[in-house]
Amino acid sequence: MTIASDDPRVAAVTAPPPDAPPAAPAAAPRRRRARLTRNRWGYAYVAPFFLLFGAFSLYPFLYTAYISLHEVRLSDIDGAEFVGFGNYTALLQNEFFWNAARNTLTIGILSTVPQLCIALGLAHLLNYRLRGRTFFRVAMLMPYATSIAAATLVFGQLFGHDYGLINALLQGLGLDRVDWEAGTLSSQVAISVIVTWRWTGYNALIYLAAMQAIPNDLYEAATLDGASRWKQFIHVTVPALKPTILFTIVVSTIGAVQLFGEPLLFSGNGMTNGGASNQYQTLGLLMYDQGWTNFRLGQAAATAWAMFLIILVVVGACALIARRRARAER
Amino acid sequence: MTVSRRRRAALGAALATSLLAAGCGGGGGGDDGAVTLDLGLFGTFGFEEAGLYEEYMRLNPDIRITEESVERSADYYRALQTRLAANSGLADIQGIEVGFVADVAANHADAFVDFATTENADESLGHYFDWKVEQATTSDGRVLGLGTDAGPQAMCYRHDLFEQAGLPTDRAELATLWADWDGYLELGRQYEASPTKPEGSSWVDSPASVFSASVYQGETAYDDEDGNPIPESSDGVQAAWEDASAAAADGLTANLTQFGDEWNSAFVNGAFATIACPAWMLSYISTQAGDEGAGTWDVAPLPGGAGNWGGSWLAVSETSEHKEEAIALVEWLTAPEQQVKRFTSLGYFPSSQEAAEDPAVASATSEYFTGAPIGQLFGESAAAVRFTPIGPYDTQIQEAFTEALTTVGGGTDPDDAFQAALAEIEQITGG
Repeated sequence: MTIASDDPRVAAVTAPPPDAPPAAPAAAPRRRRARLTRNRWGYAYVAPFFLLFGAFSLYPFLYTAYISLHEVRLSDIDGAEFVGFGNYTALLQNEFFWNAARNTLTIGILSTVPQLCIALGLAHLLNYRLRGRTFFRVAMLMPYATSIAAATLVFGQLFGHDYGLINALLQGLGLDRVDWEAGTLSSQVAISVIVTWRWTGYNALIYLAAMQAIPNDLYEAATLDGASRWKQFIHVTVPALKPTILFTIVVSTIGAVQLFGEPLLFSGNGMTNGGASNQYQTLGLLMYDQGWTNFRLGQAAATAWAMFLIILVVVGACALIARRRARAER
Repeated sequence: MTVSRRRRAALGAALATSLLAAGCGGGGGGDDGAVTLDLGLFGTFGFEEAGLYEEYMRLNPDIRITEESVERSADYYRALQTRLAANSGLADIQGIEVGFVADVAANHADAFVDFATTENADESLGHYFDWKVEQATTSDGRVLGLGTDAGPQAMCYRHDLFEQAGLPTDRAELATLWADWDGYLELGRQYEASPTKPEGSSWVDSPASVFSASVYQGETAYDDEDGNPIPESSDGVQAAWEDASAAAADGLTANLTQFGDEWNSAFVNGAFATIACPAWMLSYISTQAGDEGAGTWDVAPLPGGAGNWGGSWLAVSETSEHKEEAIALVEWLTAPEQQVKRFTSLGYFPSSQEAAEDPAVASATSEYFTGAPIGQLFGESAAAVRFTPIGPYDTQIQEAFTEALTTVGGGTDPDDAFQAALAEIEQITGG
């Protein structure tokens, strides 16, 4: 706050006479008040964010916690009944929850791992001097700019059983049609393809930005030492990208735990159950199904909080591993 | 009109937002003193298509009518529930479907005008079948809304596909052959075994088609007399599950999900030869199959006797700024003359007894359906229907069963699938 720092009162307030201890209690509130007035424009500037954050993040967050301790249906919100942690214990014994957790994990792995590997490779290629480099970079980001709904509906058609393009191609190659939507693995692969298609470019761009920050001397030195392009990639690029890779892993993992739009729209019939046998029901979709198809808000709120805790644990584990690694390397 | 109509583009979360935005718009008066009434509906009620809005606005020049419609009733129900819980954003007039009328009656009856105490109550309620008013009546005698259509059922079939497969195509002959569901399944096996049946076509669109038709033929469907769900012990469910899972396990169905994208495409592609059709399904079929389908479809009585699937009401919101005008519009839209028009132009069968007995309804035939006497067919079905008790979770319970049947079509053991459906239903009802 530059406005405040050259205020002459600073000295007077922050340096009370050392030989006057009884004055201290009175000085403390005064000092605080003074700082508040001095900084009031600062508070005013940040207030809009915090008001919005309070209204649309903090309040729903706390209200969800409150709801999760009640048995409540949307049709009878006033009839909420306090059940303590009943919804949570029920959730832990609920086969649908574990099924959704499993699906979230497998879809998460099936989408995140190829996505980040492809992104790294793409970024490496785009880091070379290519003709039409800008075009490729923009093209890569296009899927990210596409709405999930539109992309999923198109992919849903491609993966259709009877009239889908992919099955038509398979049949053209003399292979059997695959009922993508009905199978457990096939539906999860199909959804992972949508996620990968959408996010690969975004991650590649982040990697690319980080790669351009790597000093060229390192590559020159490596070239002088006779390292091949591949060796340079492994021994120079990847180590230098470590913090970036960690960042993308964390972001992708959070995205994977919250995966919702793709499995919701993939069914193509508006169902919220993630397939006839819940074969691609993710945690996000389960929460929606509980809350907005079955109208059991308490249960859905408990699932929401469970998801939040899972994300905290996963991100915490990532951070811990990263810190260990960093320390070990030092 | 149960589940709904074509589902085109983005649904999901985006839908809820657009619904809310749409629902908040109406209610205001125009510049010239005209009153705008908005209707929040689902699927296709056919008022617009039958020219009823236009006619009403011509008769009442100071009224404007706007309609917002959601494709699937389940999505509509979700948005309606949210608005009822928030007690805001309701349209002047809201559509209510039989799948959730019991829920609304139990929890939100006071959000809607009580039609038992309106000025014209005797006249506006007097022309209905008793059951139509009963289903929308709360335990303390309030009447939620006025009925639009009913869903007496028949069996629609492609006589051209039947002929290719060497099956009889005559309505009366089929009616005796599939007097019960066993006969229907037997004919289906013949169809599937026929060497001349069109390639890529199945006997029936989905196991859900069999299930949803058959379940309402029992003493009970999903609920007991008090509206409590009894999915496990209901005789309607038992019988319907047996028939539908047999159809699925024997590969007689195209195993499509009704009201899904592939199902919609299948109408045009002739992927199935039969589909159980409540009266409201007729306009769905003709819309999906288009002009090319004209004259290829026909209608015969439903196997296993009469049954009713679906039916709706129009309710007026208590929060509407133009309650008087909205009540008048609802009374007019649901009056016998208008119910007759909706049947003769689009096939929505009247829930008004007076309209159902109108000669124009009884003698109606459908050109699209090869001249089938739909007035007589659906009239007989409606007259013979025995109404099963309804409950608050019917929409979701039906979805759970029909989804489980899809897995039977994919090779799951019927008993396992039934248990899976019950587990799903327990999630809904709270065990």
